[in-house]
Amino acid sequence: MLCEHCKIRPATVHFTKIVAGQKTEYHLCEQCAQEQGDFFAQAAQAFHFNDLLSGLLNMESSSGFTSTTLLNTRCNVCGMTYNQFTQIGRFGCPSCYESFAPRLEPLLKRIQSNTSHVGKVPRKSGGVVRVRNELQQLRKALQEAVATEQYEQAARLRDRIRELEQKLEG
Amino acid sequence: MMSLGDFLQKAMSEWMREGGPQDDIILTSRVRIARNLEGFPFPVLQTDTHADEVIHQTQSALTKAQIPGTRFELVRCSDMSALDRQVLVEKHLISPDLAEQVKHGAVALSDNEVISIMVNEEDHLRIQCIMPGFRLQEAWNLASKVDDDLEGSLAYAFHERFGYLTACPTNVGTGLRASVMMHLPGLVISGNINRMLAAVSQVGLTVRGMYGEGSEAAGNVFQVSNQITLGESEEEIISNLTGVVQQLTDHERAARHALLQQNRHSLEDRVGRSFGILAYARRIDSKETMQLLSDVRLGIDLGIIKGVSAGILKELMVMTQPAFLQKYFQQELSPVERDIRRAALVRERLRLDDAEVQ
Repeated sequence: MLCEHCKIRPATVHFTKIVAGQKTEYHLCEQCAQEQGDFFAQAAQAFHFNDLLSGLLNMESSSGFTSTTLLNTRCNVCGMTYNQFTQIGRFGCPSCYESFAPRLEPLLKRIQSNTSHVGKVPRKSGGVVRVRNELQQLRKALQEAVATEQYEQAARLRDRIRELEQKLEG
Repeated sequence: MMSLGDFLQKAMSEWMREGGPQDDIILTSRVRIARNLEGFPFPVLQTDTHADEVIHQTQSALTKAQIPGTRFELVRCSDMSALDRQVLVEKHLISPDLAEQVKHGAVALSDNEVISIMVNEEDHLRIQCIMPGFRLQEAWNLASKVDDDLEGSLAYAFHERFGYLTACPTNVGTGLRASVMMHLPGLVISGNINRMLAAVSQVGLTVRGMYGEGSEAAGNVFQVSNQITLGESEEEIISNLTGVVQQLTDHERAARHALLQQNRHSLEDRVGRSFGILAYARRIDSKETMQLLSDVRLGIDLGIIKGVSAGILKELMVMTQPAFLQKYFQQELSPVERDIRRAALVRERLRLDDAEVQ
């Protein structure tokens, strides 16, 4: 296939651009692709991992998927916007993860291929996680106890649940 | 000036001095975990006050930590000369990024330099354990122990779903990066290395040169590390990497064996010539030094060279780096002067042992 721009050199760069749902296919030679501007210059230089990462993030934001409101989402603790995050590839503070949570799913999927942590949990700050896990199990057991009319057992479970809930609030 | 032998004793970290399991191929095992403190912005948005507070909290957590036989010394980057910071980079104890964090950065080193804790690098804390040979599990256990001890007095930023929160989403979850530094001349000489490395990258691992991201694999030294930190437990990460590294090691052994069987003369020639150049050169750059040291080390491993300690590759690959050279000769050196001094240092080091080339 010849480059659809110069029609001289063979097309070696193939890509699909989607802007606001409009799909356009391009088949270009390397030279014409570079002349086409920013997208390729960026992609070609994205060697360094951080550049590659912000390259990925920018690609997403320039392709029309991301509305301005999302880009302007601001972390209410440190004030970083999602747009700033895509520029530097770093979050501003731990709360950014919560503030940008809806955007993180696809991003983590792409760079980590997973979206939930398994593994070590800190004893202190992780205590909450442990308590919540236990609560979940207890509530399930309570439902079963009620369903099978084991009321004494259910009462014991209910007390334990209250105890843990108070611990969480305290 | 102190003698080279004394200087080496003093300047070398444990990983450079000691041996370990399968150290004919595996130079070091390293584990690094990223942690951040709840309630502080990440270093990228840090004010001077925040940075001081993070250093202060780390310092007091270390004082309370109970790791038997380990004493930490915490130094701020601003209290070190640029040369001293660069020496720590060359010893793999701090990252190049931390060396540039002159204002906010600090590092806590254990006596034997097995544990180093970088403060205010990209994350508030980066706990690293580096050990000689194939000891990934042991390195992880120790790093995890330090982590537990620090957590005793620090509140870590942790998220139910995303795990340990880090400045960069490439580290979130376990925050764990485990890496193994390997000497793979057999696979390079036999032309199998690219096939191997391509296979490694298909199982979620990355391969880089000796000094990490973007550095080339000088002297056939490669670092293999995990890429994914989220959705795999620490045990899985360590055991996956261990499995792949063991396979690479087996292939390297087989390649060396085949070279010895099929190309003995050219291998001996190559090793002998490289030894000769290192023993007599008067000017040598660091890239050539690494390449020749790799040949010499291979010669030692295969019994072609006798009487030279196998640790010479690890020792000299660090000692002949620019900052270390200037530290040893106690003066600033231009690149040309470095090449001259490097050759002198290598000659002197080789004479410390009674070499015998078969």
